[in-house]
Amino acid sequence: MEKHLNLTLHVWRQKNAQAEGAFAEYPARHISTEMSFLEMLDVVNEELIRKGEDPIAFDHDCREGICGTCGCVVKGRPHGPKERTTSCQLHMRSFEDGDHITIEPWRAEAFPVIKDLIVDRGAFDRIIAAGGFITAPTGTPQDANALPVPKQNADLAMDAAACIGCGACVAACPNASAMLFVSAKVSQLGLLPQGQPERYTRVRDMVARMDAEGFGSCTNHGECEAVCPKGITMENIARMNRDFIKASLLYRPEVAAGGAG
Amino acid sequence: MELNSRIPEGPIEKKWDKHRFDMKLVNPSNRRKYKVIVVGSGLAGAAAAASLGELGYEVSCFCYQDSPRRAHSIAAQGGINAAKNYRNDGDSIFRLFYDTVKGGDFRAREANVYRLAQVSVDIIDQCVAQGVPFAREYGGLLDNRSFGGAQVSRTFYARGQTGQQLLLGAYQALQRQVGLGQVKMFPRHEMQELIVVDGVARGIVTRDMVTGRIETHVADAVCLATGGYGNTMYLATYAKGCNGTAIWRAYKKGAAFGNPCYTQIHPTCIPVTGDHQSKLTLMSESLRNDGRIWVPKKKEDCGKPAAQIPEEDRDYYLERKYPSFGNLAPRDISSRAAKQVCDEGRGVGGTGLGVYLDFSDAIRRLGAKKIEEKYGNLFEMYERITDENPYEVPMRIFPATHYTMGGLWVDYNLMSTIPGLFVLGEANFSDHGANRLGASALMQGLADGYFVAPYTVANYLASTKPGSRLPIDHPAAKEAEAVAAQKVGRLLGVGGKETPTHFHRELGKVMWEFCGMGRNEAGLKKALGLIPQIREEFWRNVRIPGSGEELNQSLELAGRVADFLEIGELMCLDALERRESCGGHFREEWQTPDGEALRDDENFAHVAAWEYQGEGSTPVRHIEPLKFEYVHLATRSYK
Repeated sequence: MEKHLNLTLHVWRQKNAQAEGAFAEYPARHISTEMSFLEMLDVVNEELIRKGEDPIAFDHDCREGICGTCGCVVKGRPHGPKERTTSCQLHMRSFEDGDHITIEPWRAEAFPVIKDLIVDRGAFDRIIAAGGFITAPTGTPQDANALPVPKQNADLAMDAAACIGCGACVAACPNASAMLFVSAKVSQLGLLPQGQPERYTRVRDMVARMDAEGFGSCTNHGECEAVCPKGITMENIARMNRDFIKASLLYRPEVAAGGAG
Repeated sequence: MELNSRIPEGPIEKKWDKHRFDMKLVNPSNRRKYKVIVVGSGLAGAAAAASLGELGYEVSCFCYQDSPRRAHSIAAQGGINAAKNYRNDGDSIFRLFYDTVKGGDFRAREANVYRLAQVSVDIIDQCVAQGVPFAREYGGLLDNRSFGGAQVSRTFYARGQTGQQLLLGAYQALQRQVGLGQVKMFPRHEMQELIVVDGVARGIVTRDMVTGRIETHVADAVCLATGGYGNTMYLATYAKGCNGTAIWRAYKKGAAFGNPCYTQIHPTCIPVTGDHQSKLTLMSESLRNDGRIWVPKKKEDCGKPAAQIPEEDRDYYLERKYPSFGNLAPRDISSRAAKQVCDEGRGVGGTGLGVYLDFSDAIRRLGAKKIEEKYGNLFEMYERITDENPYEVPMRIFPATHYTMGGLWVDYNLMSTIPGLFVLGEANFSDHGANRLGASALMQGLADGYFVAPYTVANYLASTKPGSRLPIDHPAAKEAEAVAAQKVGRLLGVGGKETPTHFHRELGKVMWEFCGMGRNEAGLKKALGLIPQIREEFWRNVRIPGSGEELNQSLELAGRVADFLEIGELMCLDALERRESCGGHFREEWQTPDGEALRDDENFAHVAAWEYQGEGSTPVRHIEPLKFEYVHLATRSYK
């Protein structure tokens, strides 16, 4: 049943990447429990705009938990208190009347703050560009059913592919490691027959890029899995580590292939 | 304005193959001398940018999101159609073509639809090769499900996240090209103006959403793949950022706008809860494979819990009215039927604007485990939003704006009335007629991006001289930059009292009431009076804090709302002038005695393409007649 809450927000405000940030306090009054967390922020922002103040900048787009755009640390937990739920699908019924709610951006060296709660996650795109794909240029490949994929592998690949690239795993990790994100893609593609030819170069290239971007190492805290809104498991990290070791052992410098013509 | 659809000669099944041979090619070593701009990174944009990059062209791709992976194609749940006939249930390219033309209520161009059905087959092969984890059966082969408007099982899916997986496949192909330096990606950039010189598209002006910098980008061809304009309605299943700005700017530079009134209202969305509502969430059409839609037969039962309403007092109205398609009747028909029962006072939920989608029969038949396997993530999402468990109580759903079949007019090559400007995916008007069938949007986006544009854009480029790009400081570019900067200045300068969202909401109410599921002359005329008033009030009283030289989300929104306030007017004008009912366009004056859409093929078997005439002038309505040589015009029946 719908109820109404009066809340106090403590929001990280930071004008831009160069500026120093600080917490600011805002009241949020008469908030319906039917609202989503972002709709609550909309209400606060509407008031700020009417007062001529700068509204709180936060990233969001689909508001149905799939695009991965939104994300802030709510009460110390990435995406807030509800398990397997993105900030946009978190509803105000998860809070109590009179609550104080701190709201912060993802904090990681590899995710510099752009403004307030908005960070730059371009590092994730660069990791994918380094190897998070199967080379299959547009054309007419063989028939989709020519290569059967065991259902279990297809299902495991789909489990890993469900990652939305929001970055909560990085924000939750004490080392700001991106291992859960990277391993999800490595697993998905490595589990499928189409991904085999590049399986070991992929993992090497992606890990190298991940390190270069300034993400930390994994020390098995498990915070990433706990906050992942899509339930990506650490099993993927284990799978990536296995592939990475094998890739390192198998590594041979590329032999220049002459193009006789 | 001349509307030449450039449909190739010959029998329909040979047109595309013949055309592919007839089109000009660009020599591989010349390709790097050409530059193509792609605006938008959804299925159509990412697929086009990746494919053109692979071919060797220099590509710049722009998106307003922080990453190309976030485009709203990602939210498509149910699936993608393809005429593979893996089920051996009688599917074929011709049947998919037939279903799509009929599903679109005979308001789409036959040749385009046939090509779409043809390449649908290649799309699945392409996506599987990329590693898209489609659902599979125990034998390892691909699984299928059924979608509305079809009597075969031709929909491929990846759980309830098909759009996500297809988009990530295209995104990964795009990122591969980014890594190779073939594509330059510009995230957090929004297109503000199209640069046109001597009637030809030569580039775009963008605003960097982080720094506010307004910059010119020139190219040999421009592709817009910026999606639909359904957010004109305010509440919609679109992402919050989806907007019509790019296509509207192009329209104002001379691109004709095709069928702006064709809007899809999707029957299965989570109902509105209150004024705070910022968007609506779709529940996939695939749920109608196993869910049964009903309302109480008696008004007085509407307040009771569903479980207390006995079977004989339930009206499974889709099964009753459309026995052969039942709960899988097409979207326009299902939405209208839901509106009718709610108008009769038989809607459920607090607002009375809802109908039940009930899984209890399917759970009894198949077990909760099987249902969870098929729809688990959708059920979870429903519970997160509504706090109700759909395994125990029926879902409540209501129609919501979901897609726009209208868009910029394009010829068979997907080129608009401005040479050099191509329009792909939902942003164009081309393939769905007056109603899109489920699982066809993903198909069209990828068809345009992977398999059509790479050929037709090349054909266009081959007719231009390499190295003839506009200098970046050309007067036309400077002028377009000035127009973009002026708009920013004008918005910031209003200094009123109300937020951009306020005006967006006001516009949405007018659009939903008068240009939504039911439209009539009086209502549309009323809307055409109200919208200019809201627009005037917007330009007098909008308030945008901050400056243009920083990340400013209020400014971004205000710019989009300013365009919605004009797009809405054109939608209403088009709806007023189309004096018939067809597909999603239901004019209450034209209906059969049992409330079905009544087409007027004599007078309206055509595309309406609107030409801009300058501010304050009524645009001109041009006509492209539609010929139906392969699917004969007939009253659409799903009974």
